[in-house]
Amino acid sequence: MDLTIWTYEGPPHVGAMRVATGMKGIHYVLHAPQGDTYADLLFTMIERRNHRPPVTYTTFQAQDLGGDTAGLVKQATRDAYERFKPDALLVGASCTAELIQDDPGNLAASLGLPVPVIPLELPAYQRKENWGASETFYQLVRALCLPHAPEPAWQRPPIEGRRPRCNLLGPSALGFRHRDDVKEITRLLDQVGVDVDVVAPLGATAHDVARLGEADFNVVLYPEVGRAAASWLKRTFKQPMVETVPIGVGATRDFLREVARVAGLDEEEAVSVVSTELPWYSRSVDSNYLTDKRVFIFGDATHAVAAARVASEEIGFKVVGLGAYNREFAREVRAAAKKLDLEPLITDDYLEVEEAIQEAAPEMVLGTQMERHIAKRLGIFCSVISAPVHVEDFPARYSPQMGPEGANVLFDTWVHPLMMGLEEHLLGMFQDDFEFSNDRTPSHLVAAKPEGSGSDELAPATSAAPDSANGAPTRNGNGSHGDAEIPAETRGSGRDGSTPSTAEGPGPSDPQWGDEAAAELKKIPFFVRKKARRNTEAYARQQGIHEISVDTLYEAKAHFGSR
Amino acid sequence: MSGAALPVADAGTSGCQDLPVLKQRGQREVFCGLTGIIWLHRKMQDAFFLIVGSRTCAHLMQSAAGVMIFAEPRFGTAIMEEKDLAGMADMHDELDKVVSRLLSRRPEIRTLFLVGSCPSEVIKLDLSKAAERLSGVHSPEVRILAYSGSGIETTFTEGEDTCLASMVPQLPDDGSENSLMVVGTLADVVEDQMVRVFEQLGIGPIRFLPPRRSADLPPVGSGTRVIMAQPWVNETVEALQRRGANLISAPFPFGVEGTLEWLVAAAEPWGVSRERVEEVTAKARERGRASLARYREVLEGRRIFFFPDSQIEIPLARFLHRELGMVPVEVGTPFLHRTHMGPELALLPRDLTLSEGQDVERQLDRCMAANPDITVCGLGLANPLEAEGQTTKWAIELVFSPIHGFDQAGDLAELFARPLRRAQLLEV
Repeated sequence: MDLTIWTYEGPPHVGAMRVATGMKGIHYVLHAPQGDTYADLLFTMIERRNHRPPVTYTTFQAQDLGGDTAGLVKQATRDAYERFKPDALLVGASCTAELIQDDPGNLAASLGLPVPVIPLELPAYQRKENWGASETFYQLVRALCLPHAPEPAWQRPPIEGRRPRCNLLGPSALGFRHRDDVKEITRLLDQVGVDVDVVAPLGATAHDVARLGEADFNVVLYPEVGRAAASWLKRTFKQPMVETVPIGVGATRDFLREVARVAGLDEEEAVSVVSTELPWYSRSVDSNYLTDKRVFIFGDATHAVAAARVASEEIGFKVVGLGAYNREFAREVRAAAKKLDLEPLITDDYLEVEEAIQEAAPEMVLGTQMERHIAKRLGIFCSVISAPVHVEDFPARYSPQMGPEGANVLFDTWVHPLMMGLEEHLLGMFQDDFEFSNDRTPSHLVAAKPEGSGSDELAPATSAAPDSANGAPTRNGNGSHGDAEIPAETRGSGRDGSTPSTAEGPGPSDPQWGDEAAAELKKIPFFVRKKARRNTEAYARQQGIHEISVDTLYEAKAHFGSR
Repeated sequence: MSGAALPVADAGTSGCQDLPVLKQRGQREVFCGLTGIIWLHRKMQDAFFLIVGSRTCAHLMQSAAGVMIFAEPRFGTAIMEEKDLAGMADMHDELDKVVSRLLSRRPEIRTLFLVGSCPSEVIKLDLSKAAERLSGVHSPEVRILAYSGSGIETTFTEGEDTCLASMVPQLPDDGSENSLMVVGTLADVVEDQMVRVFEQLGIGPIRFLPPRRSADLPPVGSGTRVIMAQPWVNETVEALQRRGANLISAPFPFGVEGTLEWLVAAAEPWGVSRERVEEVTAKARERGRASLARYREVLEGRRIFFFPDSQIEIPLARFLHRELGMVPVEVGTPFLHRTHMGPELALLPRDLTLSEGQDVERQLDRCMAANPDITVCGLGLANPLEAEGQTTKWAIELVFSPIHGFDQAGDLAELFARPLRRAQLLEV
């Protein structure tokens, strides 16, 4: 039993819904209580879909439990078939129905409906959303394609006298920029002379899925959803898989080389179609200030790993943290982290992620909506790179993450939140300018840290309510000592990483800041101040210094370097 | 009623206490009672709500109201896993551990609610017993209570009802001292307005359930008069009645008429006359009427269809019909308490469909056939209906906004007028 406040992934049946909702003519009968219908709003509100998800819930109640819940499944399945006339039915249970063991899949299959009925077993107490999407797509592909499977000894003939054809596997409803990625990659493949046959699950019908085996190869656009099905297709239909995820310039080029290899095209000719601004923008002198900016990256494995490559190789950031919430893909994250000499963070506990971010003291976070909130609290810039999605992640404009245009989008969305180089210098030089004042919120962070006490963000920490201690009763009434040495900027949030843990209080061996040193610390621009503070304290501890002086501050700076 | 005549519908068309209720069994497109935590944890600032449930529960909580705003909310989910389901004894140990960790992390918490979910109910995990056991460890610093917010037993706002009902046995005994208790979560500003009116009327002490701090429990006894401020607190007032309190029957305080009738009913046991209530509220009623007049031209004659959501549907249909001239076509409610809803039903027109519970597919068919001017529905249905050319109002906003009382009557009307105005405004 785990205490969870926010979750990165929903339950596995929500993954199944992402597959069903992305497709056309598929219906999902879900044995579930009424509250589970909340999942509809993920699609109608967050993604702004104009249709209800194709899901019928049995919505059994307590009074049904002693009776015939199995009968409810049959009735709901029959009614759903009659009303929606789908080409195929998915049938399964949510977490609660799993406990009553009605076996809805087999109940539905026994009804003799004239369409394929695909039972789904998605263990809700072991697995999560991405796995549920992957398993559902795999079961669907298997059920619909198996009748067309060739003999095991069959060999795929070479592509001759026509353009190669591929499928794009993995895009789904409620995916992070899937709509635009599909468009971008379809266009890119067309440029190198490859046709896209079927995109699935997003936009596909049951009939489209049934003919997946006809293409020459499969592109696994989102391994979290598409890899299991693609692997089965590879074994059954001898379709090669293209597994490079084309996020960033380098990865897009690698992707095209891989496509060219399996499609029998010239690799360098294929790569030559990539036209994007990112390389030049990165080389432009104004981008100098991006060098070694400390970024912390967290998301689903695919997007996090891709972001790490773009950040370190294409923008010149320094990646100081890399992690993912989906354990199924931990291997890929570990490999990427190893390359960057980092310890990977594989966790779905957002408090752990928050701690890791504080510890790494980055200047920017590339993460999910969850990290956006963490970064906001810590006063750090953040760009969102991965699901879980928010309504903001469905922009009206074309905004892919993949391919050449995706690389442009990444450059813009990662760089624009940062301060321009010269502004940074001015801040450093003229700290007494009233607009730069330490006690004021930086102008570009107003949205993140509104001044005054009217904001929800600050209310718990600045009000006199019991919440203010944020878990530290000892802080009540001792505001005049202990914490007094802490620069004023840390007021208003006890959890922003620049304050020693208030829960523990200052330990006896912790170095204390002298008044002059504390004042000097304030002169350091706010975005590196936390780092300076941590380094100085670490240095003081290492040197056995009890009171930090101005000299200690500069000795620490010399010791650690300016970054 | 004195003062300028309220533009109310002809009394001859009113009164549907005996109106037949359409009940169909099918898919119910509604939230479960856990959703109530979204406002309860804000209302009672020293309480924490620990859902004992599944990943679905946690996902619901962060998706349902877009509440992913706060650093660390005062709710969380103890997610049961495969290994927990294997042995019930271990499950209790696990829960104890989670609670201890939580309380040491959040020492400011004074009340911890263990909230039952669909899975915890199905496996018959006894959270009341767990609450007793944990109280033994953590009281008196922390009071530990249990209630069910499960979707197999509660619909949306019923979760507040089961929560408040779980607090009733804890309320201190008041003997026979006279007091007025207002039941159901209200916006703080509305509470303050009510207190001012009651003070002017010389009525008091006034208590609210839930209180703003869970540690300040309002006392109850045979002198306590209870009045419902929200239509969904049925079980709670019955529990209060069992503690000796007397229930005041009244329409709900929505709109000028509803608020006046509610205040008159509340004042009556104190020997305060209708005339006195009218006198004290004259200015506020005048303001309320003026604010409604603006919306009447947008709303009058417009046909409205309510999908079931929070149980607030009947009182709102009454308000919209009598004070703004709207025409309710169908009024759906997840649950109908005939006694508590009696004064409201008496004010509804007879020519509407009153439905309880839901078969969402057939109700959508009726809605499309009726082609109303505006449809009040949940978030899962709104955009699909808009895409079909219907104008909709999200029902959940009616639960999350201050809409009670004279001074909010205009705001309440605005919630219905805005989608209609917007539909007219847009040229794209």
